Amino acid sequence: MDGQAILLRLTATFGSGIVESHDHRGDHTAVVERSAIRDVLAFCRDDPDLRFDVLMDLTALDYLKYPGREFGPRFEVVYHLYSLPHNHRLRLKVRVDDEGAVVPSAVSLWPIANWFEREVWDMFGIRFDGHPDLRRLLMYEEFQGHPLRKDYPVNKRQPLIGPKN
Amino acid sequence: MGLGPFFGAKLDEAIGWARKYSIFQYPFVTACCGMEYMATACSHYDVDRFGAGLVRFSPRQADVLFVVGTISHKLAPALKRVYDQMCEPKWVVAFGVCTCTGGFYDNYATVMGIDTLIPVDVYIPGCPPRPESVLDGLMKLQEKIAAGAQRY
Repeated sequence: MDGQAILLRLTATFGSGIVESHDHRGDHTAVVERSAIRDVLAFCRDDPDLRFDVLMDLTALDYLKYPGREFGPRFEVVYHLYSLPHNHRLRLKVRVDDEGAVVPSAVSLWPIANWFEREVWDMFGIRFDGHPDLRRLLMYEEFQGHPLRKDYPVNKRQPLIGPKN
Repeated sequence: MGLGPFFGAKLDEAIGWARKYSIFQYPFVTACCGMEYMATACSHYDVDRFGAGLVRFSPRQADVLFVVGTISHKLAPALKRVYDQMCEPKWVVAFGVCTCTGGFYDNYATVMGIDTLIPVDVYIPGCPPRPESVLDGLMKLQEKIAAGAQRY
């Protein structure tokens, strides 16, 4: 299915759930309302014309000091979807603010989302509602803060951790 | 001065001489410096000439801890534990700038020099160090071992 047609299909199905959409050199992106993201993801996976059976990537961005985005929602959670049967791709984005940075979890749709969401929690401090085991993935439990946030000091030193038994 | 003190002094020297040519290393290899470490260990540069050819992969059987490569905060407890498991006398070599000072890593994940965790006897700078400088560091360590200098 053509990328433009996918976007039209999503807009027709979810209406105001799709905030905006655009394409850049053939990469099609839809920005989705947070309340609708769970349904949109499930639709993308299960609809016979879409069949996005692979969650290629789930990551986040911090727009804290981004020109033009200083006052907007601080974070964006990005889903990269790929369909093996149809060989087409789609990018979905959800905008979240600093307070109550919670996004519905996608673990029940794609099991790989488990570690992706743990990494996003680890690095950005965005919580995922419904995640079975939201722990840090890369850093250790004693680590303070979330290192990929733009307000994390570059030269901050973490306390050294002792041997564990 | 009787025979006893004279004998004791000479015995220390003899033990130091024996120790410096029987270095059992524990290579704690974590990063790209490991390649240079292997080059040094193999026949072309041949650390066996200095009696340091036999590598033990158990800290309990090793004398010298070679920390080769970047140490992250997450790995730091493991390094500390390996050091604690080694029997005395023991020495530590910091191999490469990452272990000496953190090197060019100045970020949330990297330990800024292993001397913040454990005492270090010889620092070998370089990114990675040439095998010649590793051998130079090894000979400095031998001098230290022969002199009976201990830091533990």
